[in-house]
Amino acid sequence: MKWTPPMHRVLGDRRAILILLGPALLVYSLIMLVPMVWSLGYSFTKGNTIDGFTGNGLDNFQRLFTDEAVRDALWFTLKYGAVVTVGQVVAGYLLALLYVFFLKKSSALIRTLAFFPVVLPTVAVGLLFQKFFQVAPQTGPVNSLLNAVGIDSIDFFGSAGSAFWVLIGMDIWRSMGFYAVLLFAGLVDIPDEVLESARLDGASGLRLIRHIVLPLSLPVLMSSLIFSINGTLKVFDSVVALTNGGPGSGTTPLTLYMFQTSFTYSDYGYGSTIALLLTVVCLLVSLVVYRVSQRDLTEG
Amino acid sequence: MSPRMSRAHRARLSLFTAGAASLSLLATACGGSGASSSSAPKDFSYLSVTENTAVKTALTTLSKGECEAQNKALPLKVETVPQASLDQKLQLLAGQDALPVQFAAGNAPALTNQLEGSGKIADLEKELKDLGVLDQIEPAAVSTVKALYDGKLAVLPYEYNIEGIFYNKKLFTENGISEPATWDALVDASAKLESKGVQPFSASGQQGWPLTRLISGYLYRSLGPDALKKVAEGKAALTDPEYVKAAEEVAELGKKGYFGKGLGSIDYDTAMNQFLSGKAAMFYMGSWALSNISDAEQNKVGAENVGFMPFPAVAGGKGAIGQYPSNVGLGITLARKSFDDKAGDWTACIAKNYGATVLKDQGAISGFKVNGDVKDANEVTTQVRETIGGSKQNVLWFEALFSTKATTISQTNAASLVSGSMTPQKFMQTVQDALTAQ
Repeated sequence: MKWTPPMHRVLGDRRAILILLGPALLVYSLIMLVPMVWSLGYSFTKGNTIDGFTGNGLDNFQRLFTDEAVRDALWFTLKYGAVVTVGQVVAGYLLALLYVFFLKKSSALIRTLAFFPVVLPTVAVGLLFQKFFQVAPQTGPVNSLLNAVGIDSIDFFGSAGSAFWVLIGMDIWRSMGFYAVLLFAGLVDIPDEVLESARLDGASGLRLIRHIVLPLSLPVLMSSLIFSINGTLKVFDSVVALTNGGPGSGTTPLTLYMFQTSFTYSDYGYGSTIALLLTVVCLLVSLVVYRVSQRDLTEG
Repeated sequence: MSPRMSRAHRARLSLFTAGAASLSLLATACGGSGASSSSAPKDFSYLSVTENTAVKTALTTLSKGECEAQNKALPLKVETVPQASLDQKLQLLAGQDALPVQFAAGNAPALTNQLEGSGKIADLEKELKDLGVLDQIEPAAVSTVKALYDGKLAVLPYEYNIEGIFYNKKLFTENGISEPATWDALVDASAKLESKGVQPFSASGQQGWPLTRLISGYLYRSLGPDALKKVAEGKAALTDPEYVKAAEEVAELGKKGYFGKGLGSIDYDTAMNQFLSGKAAMFYMGSWALSNISDAEQNKVGAENVGFMPFPAVAGGKGAIGQYPSNVGLGITLARKSFDDKAGDWTACIAKNYGATVLKDQGAISGFKVNGDVKDANEVTTQVRETIGGSKQNVLWFEALFSTKATTISQTNAASLVSGSMTPQKFMQTVQDALTAQ
């Protein structure tokens, strides 16, 4: 019998591979794939947990195209996703530049302080912002400041427009520390020699950043963008904590509308259909961003 | 060859060890406990809403008093969820055939009717008759329950409320205002109060229903007692001009600032507090508020300064001022599956003793008869009790006959209607669409 290394003999054996990978694949399938297919199945049903479910063909998909609330929720989701993604990455990048070029010695302390909101519970942050921006029964700090300079109190949560911007501000504040650290790592990777030679050639300040630092940061910026857009499209906890989708349904994203449809209105079939729409939107946006980033890298 | 055999053996052992470890991890990851479904309940389990403490408090009192024996046989165990999550919880429990012995039966009567239709709820009329305590429920309460639940006694009237406008007598007197009997007089009174720097109304925009109550109040006066029954039956639509008119009138109050600032952020407790601390002159609410009004710690203006008036008449309307909106609060019912002798004994004890207990301890009125002598906590409570006793015809509320979805949409958009960010036409259209979508 020809001698072969024991490791090769174990891992080369097809049975060994199956035994080692099988459980992981099985768990993944049960926890991820089965529920996804199950949910897709629900998209073709009508009913609820009390009365049971019956098939209704493509009615749920047809309803998807005529439901005004879905269009509103989809529009809110896209609008929110675009604004918060840009806000998170821009705020994060500005902070990262601050850390690297302007704060040098105290950078670690400021990084820690800026990162702090990331670890706070979303509900706590939601309550904090509610109190900050509230108008009644007590005048919150923001309205107190406005009153101090002679401006009447604004009911920020009373209209969808102003509630939207408070929500945007909260989410950017909450997560910019994370993106700052991510982008900071990208910035410190830029070789000092490149920066030094650029300075010797006369580039300084904004010109240095615009022509040297920014292009070299592109890979990590694109990564941040992809990471951010996926998170923001699926926003749920921030909205529930701050506005609960209100006023009315003025700040209701697809995720919350799906949740309400399934669990408050007990319309699981249609809720699953909305979930499918959300999945498709996320895939499309990710695909677009990914292809853009691929092209940029190729040209670079 | 011996070392080689030994190594092969060790390799085979490693293989099995790795496989076994993976399988045990798999079992751990996927393992779930099997559901045990014993038929006899171990507790008198009661699922309530966080916001309602009155029933829980009274049941706890009974469990240590008149119903002590029943409590020993089947201990009271109260669990609460926020009211906004109640319907979701009930649907999941019903789907798992795991409803508690007693539970708050859904924000919208529609859900309770669905549970009843699926055979989840005990046949209370039959059970109470068998227990010999059906006569312990006031006839008016029985008729209100049946009006809500397709002619069935689907819930117990732990609360029996009529609704109207509580007002601050002192603020009215100081500003030369008498109790308004018509809608126009109410609007005039509000304008006068506003001009004197008094907030005319407090209301919870966050919950929404205190605002939509005003819409239905107006409709019952302008179009008569069957105004919303017609909508439920499809004979009328909320988008009809005479229905939109009601939304317009209520929105006008908001437009003039009569509800104060930040209405959408005001919750029930805050609104109650605004009234009881004298910051608002009027508070549309049900008689369950009497327990707060009777509480000297909460009520800074004094119970003697609180008046109660019916929703005013609308000029040329078909409704009458004596038709009070009535409800049984958050309907509470019992599960069919777990209604056994012990649960029956508990229920009979509640029927006999709850009315007196809750009136004596909390100054609250229920749909159960009051046995024994109990003195009213204050004059306004006496007035409300006499009004209930003398009431001949009652009406419901805006969402009483709505689906769960229409109820939610109505209540979450009410603040937008009143604060002016949603037009009356749009509000009624949105709710009507939710009704029609069934």
